[in-house]
Amino acid sequence: MLLIEDLQVELAGKVILKHIDLEIKPGETHVLFGPNGSGKTSLLMTIMGYPQYKVTGGRIVFKGVDITHSPINERARLGIGMSYQRPPTIHGLKTRQMVQLCAGDKKVSDVEELAARVHFESFLDRDVNAGFSGGEIKRSELLQLLAQDPDLMLFDEPESGVDLENIALVGHTIATLLQKEIVSTSAKSRLQVLKERTKMGFIITHTGYILDYVDVDKGQVLYNGVLSCSTNPREILRCIGEIGYEECVRCTIDAN
Amino acid sequence: MYDRRELIEKAQKAVQKRAVIGPDVDLGEFDSTPVDHKYLSDEEMRSLPLAERQRLLMAGVDVTESERAGTYFQKDTAVVHCSTRQEGIEVIPIREALEKHDWIRDYYWKLVSVDADKYTAAAEMELHNGYVIRALPGSRSIYPIQACLYLDKHGLQQNVHNIIIAEEGSELHVITGCSTSPDLKKGIHVGISEFYIKKNAKLSFTMIHNWAEDMAVRPRSVARVEEGGLFLNNYICMKPVRTLQMYPTTHLVGENAVARMYSIIVGSPDSEYDVGGRIFLKKPGTRAEIVARTISNGGRIISRGHLIGETPDIKAHLECKGLILKGGLIYAVPELEGHVDGVEMSHEAAVGKIAQEEINYLMSRGLSEEEATSTIVRGFLSVDIPGLPPQLQAEIDKAIEMSEKDVM
Ligand SMILES: Nc1ncnc2c1ncn2[C@@H]1O[C@H](COP(=O)(O)OP(=O)(O)OP(=O)(O)O)[C@@H](O)[C@H]1O
Ligand SMILES: [Mg+2]
Repeated sequence: MLLIEDLQVELAGKVILKHIDLEIKPGETHVLFGPNGSGKTSLLMTIMGYPQYKVTGGRIVFKGVDITHSPINERARLGIGMSYQRPPTIHGLKTRQMVQLCAGDKKVSDVEELAARVHFESFLDRDVNAGFSGGEIKRSELLQLLAQDPDLMLFDEPESGVDLENIALVGHTIATLLQKEIVSTSAKSRLQVLKERTKMGFIITHTGYILDYVDVDKGQVLYNGVLSCSTNPREILRCIGEIGYEECVRCTIDAN
Repeated sequence: MYDRRELIEKAQKAVQKRAVIGPDVDLGEFDSTPVDHKYLSDEEMRSLPLAERQRLLMAGVDVTESERAGTYFQKDTAVVHCSTRQEGIEVIPIREALEKHDWIRDYYWKLVSVDADKYTAAAEMELHNGYVIRALPGSRSIYPIQACLYLDKHGLQQNVHNIIIAEEGSELHVITGCSTSPDLKKGIHVGISEFYIKKNAKLSFTMIHNWAEDMAVRPRSVARVEEGGLFLNNYICMKPVRTLQMYPTTHLVGENAVARMYSIIVGSPDSEYDVGGRIFLKKPGTRAEIVARTISNGGRIISRGHLIGETPDIKAHLECKGLILKGGLIYAVPELEGHVDGVEMSHEAAVGKIAQEEINYLMSRGLSEEEATSTIVRGFLSVDIPGLPPQLQAEIDKAIEMSEKDVM
């Protein structure tokens, strides 16, 4: 479980997030909406542990461990992983090697096969993110998460910039990562399936396309540094489209 | 026997002549008296003490000679082993070549001037030895020839002269290592190298230096590449040295000749490196590339690169990247010189530190800060060299890997 309580964050001396409360239970996936510059990426980066995002109040607890001030790699080891909006290029490091680094001690026995799942085989011998197009970056990030297999996955706009053909691929891959593709059969009741899901997801989206592929439990809106929550993400999306973020946050959802 | 009187007279006039660049070394501090060592059979070479074998291996020299087409091994001033196992490739100590082969006159001091500076002069006046490696027309070496210039005696001045000839249509690979014995602290290596790459020939020359803290090193080398020829020149130096200065020059004299120079230098504290290269593009269709990766760990590195385009339809690129890890200095000096319309020349130079963003990215994949740093440094140092046989690429990767712990 991820638990965030009354979190306040500063970036470059400016408060960008205040009184953030959030709870993601095992097996749950939330989506996060909010206008450009509202601090969505900042929230994810704070959860991941980027030191430039200074926590000035509140706490972050993951799997019962207070990680508010833990370094990034400790969080990664506890099972937090992220798919970035704009990851850096690492010259001289092949994507193939990166996949193995992500897997850590687990080791990927067949990198090609894993890459095939996101149609990325032909990129394995290129330097990580070097000259990758917007859509290719998303697939590269997903490939790394497939190898890393974290328990809490933070996705920063995984579908933006992805073409219509690849959007289904990206959507299904995220659903698989989040164990949303486990279906109830005659042998397995729905309840059992839900119990078996342990992976947690937090997905930033502007368009909501991801909702067509991933069964999402809650929708969150970040506006003016404050997070509001609703159980119906599609309703939020429709509302934002019709009356805008501000009205939507004010009228339809309760601040949590 | 080649009468070298004229050359020696010319050299004599330059004994006091300082080099154009690099700090001046007082040759009076060193002893150039020849030091004898016993010739080693294959068997004896293989049973050298482990420590010595390891030092050789770090410089790319494998005494078991597995995957090697031949060996030239010089210790101090004496040739201790010289053999070849590949047909069409000759390996001869240069003194022997000067005594027995008339053809050597067409190559000896024909590219480097004997009176360039006091180091070239010393190499002629007190020539110890060196190798001549020659690939006969059309011959192809599958495995590289290895050459090792080893310094054992403390305080020695080692003067060597090497000549490599890739005859028409041949393919030759040479890996050469310079190293010192664990007890040697001080010495100077003066090495003259002349490379002849004839029509449609291909030469790859990979040099790995493993010096000692108080060594002075003054290589002087010039290459000449004829029509359709390819010269790959790789240089790796990741160990401390007191002062190293070299400025190898390549002349592309035939149409479509290609030269690529790659260097990887890690500058240790109290070490001073003035390195780089210069390539003249003299005929249409010639291509040149100079790529340098330097890391300073507290050392001073001057990294030069100079491309000179003299005719239209040439292409040349210079890439100079430096990383300052633990202080020190990196001074990148890229120079482009286009003399006519229609040259295409570019350069890219950057000196900086490791981006924290990259470290964080890798840490978010589970790596510790140290692992992330070393992964990025390894990436920085890894350059793909087109046309280099995979086995030699592996040698370079190995040399980098073995020195990595010193870098971090
Ligand atoms: N280094 C920085 N210095 C100052 N302000 C910054 C810095 N980096 C980001 N910001 C600001 O912080 C705010 C939050 O940015 P963030 O990237 O979290 O927004 P976002 O909600 O992810 O936006 P988008 O939807 O466009 O991706 C923005 O106003 C941004 O300009
Ligand atoms: Mg963002």
